[in-house]
Amino acid sequence: MKAFDALVIGAGPAGITAAMYLARSGHSVCLFERLTPGGQVLATENLENYPGFPKGIKGYELADTLNAHLEGLAVDRIPHAVESVSGAAGQFVLHADGRDFSGKTVLVCTGASHRKLGVDGEDRLLGRGVSYCAICDGNFFRGQSVAVIGGGNSALEEALYLSNIAAKVTLIHRREGFRGLKIYLDRLEKMTDKVDIQRNTVITNLHGEDRLTGLTLKNARSGAEKYLAVDGLFIYVGFAPDVTFLPKSVECDAQGFIVTDTEMRASVPGIFAAGDIRSKHCRQAITAAGDGATAAQAAFLFLEQLHV
Amino acid sequence: MAEQITDATFDEVVLKSDIPVLLDFWAPWCGPCRAVGPIVDEIAKEYAGRVRVVKMNVDENPATPTKFMVRAIPTLVLFKNGETVEHITGAVTKAAMAELLDTKALA
Repeated sequence: MKAFDALVIGAGPAGITAAMYLARSGHSVCLFERLTPGGQVLATENLENYPGFPKGIKGYELADTLNAHLEGLAVDRIPHAVESVSGAAGQFVLHADGRDFSGKTVLVCTGASHRKLGVDGEDRLLGRGVSYCAICDGNFFRGQSVAVIGGGNSALEEALYLSNIAAKVTLIHRREGFRGLKIYLDRLEKMTDKVDIQRNTVITNLHGEDRLTGLTLKNARSGAEKYLAVDGLFIYVGFAPDVTFLPKSVECDAQGFIVTDTEMRASVPGIFAAGDIRSKHCRQAITAAGDGATAAQAAFLFLEQLHV
Repeated sequence: MAEQITDATFDEVVLKSDIPVLLDFWAPWCGPCRAVGPIVDEIAKEYAGRVRVVKMNVDENPATPTKFMVRAIPTLVLFKNGETVEHITGAVTKAAMAELLDTKALA
């Protein structure tokens, strides 16, 4: 079996950048992606903060542009989910699509997906009023009543987006203060006729059989419960990593993100992590791309030492 | 490429089909729809003659999504003998789509 210099898992900004740097430096690369390349960029309406695009760029356009950077480069591409990674530096074995792939290094660039709220009925009502993507599904709730739960930038941005579409937006957050940008919160607070902000509040129940009809809200301080009739609920309570396919010896933080040093080296020699899967504060498309370049560079150095 | 259908052609193409139909509700501005679009096209090619795989743009065709209570995209709905058998919301892998068709459409 041919051993690739690098097995890159995930084709978002981190994985594409890492694969591009590795291929351009003459290393053999195999890139795995379970969906279409782009990662979370694809689910972003517009990126206004990606350098080089001063007028902003649509998420799907950036995804296509990033992917186009691999055209003409010698990168093998496997459009399947990775099931497991085992072995050690110089001889990792990756299982995907019912086959084994051999690699000297592994770059984990699998990103993160939305975290679930964890309330009964969430799965049953997904696509029946429960959504994790306002850009995708907001239009189904035109003129209706929706709720957004979360306290970060995603929740605030999506609440603003939905305020242009829905008749009424209730923003629910379990704490008093928001983590998201003040500029967004200020805008929402000014829209008193349309946006209602419920602080120190959690959702304890989702109502509805074949479509969402309402929520039970509980005040975290007083314990008082009330019913809120809504047609849609948009959940933005953070992101969760998936590292279940990796060896247990790869160190992760309490939330399950991979711990690396500043060169993107994970705790297992020969395994690198880049982008949102990594334990860090700033998770942006541009920092993911930066991580990818750094990880590729660290992998070159590692491969050189491996050849000695 | 999977064939695009409309509200007007839905009954003829989907409900009256002799073979199972997989319908992908999508829209051009929906990122996760773009994440699965090419996979749906591949599935269409691989299951040609056994399962009819079609797409419907929900922007241009509001009636059918409403009728099937589709409130999120991408949503894949599997029809067999004019009845809905299964629906999946969100971006799923090619393997997951193949499993759905192998176990629910062709079994």
